[in-house]
Amino acid sequence: MANVLVFAETRNGEPRKIAFEAVSAARQLADGTGGGEVHALIAGAAGIGTKAELLGKYGADVVLVVEGAEHAGFARESLAATIAGRAKSGAYRAVVLGFSAQGRDLGPRIAARIDAPIATDVTSISASGDTITVKHPGYANKVIMTLVLSGPSAVISVRPSAFTATETPKPARVEALASVPAPSATVTVTEVKEGSKGRPDLGEASIIISGGRGLKAAENFKLVEDLADAFGNAAVGATRAVTDDGWRPHSDQIGQTGRQVSPQLYVAVGISGAIQHLAGMRSSRTIVAINKDKEAPIFKVADYGIVGDVLEVVPALTAAVKEARKGH
Amino acid sequence: MKIAVCIKRTPDSESRFKIAASGASIDEAGLKFDMDDFAGYAVEAALQLNEKAGGGETVVYALGPDNVQESLRKAMSMGADRAVHLKADAVPADAIAIAKALAAELKDGGYDLVLFGKHAFDSSAGVVGTATAELLGVPCITAASELSIANGAGAARRELEGAAEMLTFPLPAVVTIDEGVARPRYPSLKGIMAAKKKPLESKPAQLGASRVKVEKMELPPERPAGRIIGEGAAAVPELVKLLQNEAKVL
Repeated sequence: MANVLVFAETRNGEPRKIAFEAVSAARQLADGTGGGEVHALIAGAAGIGTKAELLGKYGADVVLVVEGAEHAGFARESLAATIAGRAKSGAYRAVVLGFSAQGRDLGPRIAARIDAPIATDVTSISASGDTITVKHPGYANKVIMTLVLSGPSAVISVRPSAFTATETPKPARVEALASVPAPSATVTVTEVKEGSKGRPDLGEASIIISGGRGLKAAENFKLVEDLADAFGNAAVGATRAVTDDGWRPHSDQIGQTGRQVSPQLYVAVGISGAIQHLAGMRSSRTIVAINKDKEAPIFKVADYGIVGDVLEVVPALTAAVKEARKGH
Repeated sequence: MKIAVCIKRTPDSESRFKIAASGASIDEAGLKFDMDDFAGYAVEAALQLNEKAGGGETVVYALGPDNVQESLRKAMSMGADRAVHLKADAVPADAIAIAKALAAELKDGGYDLVLFGKHAFDSSAGVVGTATAELLGVPCITAASELSIANGAGAARRELEGAAEMLTFPLPAVVTIDEGVARPRYPSLKGIMAAKKKPLESKPAQLGASRVKVEKMELPPERPAGRIIGEGAAAVPELVKLLQNEAKVL
């Protein structure tokens, strides 16, 4: 029986989806040790404590609220020091967080500070005795590694969408926790540039429409956007060729050196399916490919392939999806 | 500027991988190894920063068996001035153990900047650089997609989910490099010849016990063979039906 500390990340004052997934993963880990408590730490500007109840809903026994003006944005050094300080004083079995932009930065900092082994981008966790066993896709998703972490504590970051946020309501006790200040020589955020208009993040979207060179020209990317709109809440991705050509921002790139995604539905529009691209999306649940070359490698992984000109097929698909979703 | 770049040697990412008989590593037979892609971006970024600054020193570090010296030579053929090999029988799976060995080596090096790739292809973990920064007690930018240095301070961009943060930081600092900062140059013949004469120091890595063990490696389940359902816009109604009734995503 051991307690687990989980960092529930927020943006613009709201917990992110990955925060609830991390709390669920922590709940699973605590239960696996024979019924420990889950302590969720949330940080933000004054008033962030009102979100504590949400974390209880997903299985937090205790919500530690860190309030301070500096936490309105992502105060990485102060957060790392605060989480690591609590991890030490609370003698937690593990610190869990999301493998998100925040978690990628905080995880290593916390592990270094508390001198604990770390596993990142984890898709399953189990604990037994003094070891924690995790699965972690390595080699750009081409090899699944089973890692065993030994020692009294560990830091574990979970892959977005790998753990389902499950409601297991607890009447969470809420406690205030003091923020540990950052060192004086520190990183300053000068600006946060918000990205494209209200679409979900690639890592969190359940449907992704992605475009490649087969679209022939940057302006034809509108067809991809239109199809994403037809599906409702879909994200838009791109191949490396397309981001290298500047048709789309670099951050939209799906592939080995870009984002690695596994949505419920991945629609590849004018994408040939280079190994570099497949490495980023082949674990998607259902793959649709539309490409004029029937020999394109994308058709080897596509559950449903249509051979044809994307400029003709995609508008037809957009119209048909809109029709099918009427009333949504 | 005095810049250190910590690099890793990894197998060619386009390879088809097989699991070794042990079940806990990949079968290395027939694989090509080279400097990791992200390490290459980091070396290039260091060279460009020093070229822009009009001078300085770029020192490359690698931890591992003797074969990492190939990657160190490659970095020197691109233009790095010298190399340090931290000898170890194998690269441990415990990234914090690696970070400690690197921090012990770098702490008295007088570096203005220490660069890493944002992660290495094989472990795909992204821990060592940021953990090393914590152990050194210096500011860190994790996964910078843009980087510039002027007047003893740095500026970087970092991608968030659906947004990006613009950051400034004082030196000395650690930055881990995402794709987009710099495309690595190919070593010139002259560079390759010069690299043979550049100093490469080899010494034991100060590695503690590894608290992470790779128990098993396996290949992900194969996808069922792909299926072409039709040609042109005429196939759209069939696709919509399959998305509704079979895949149940519509």
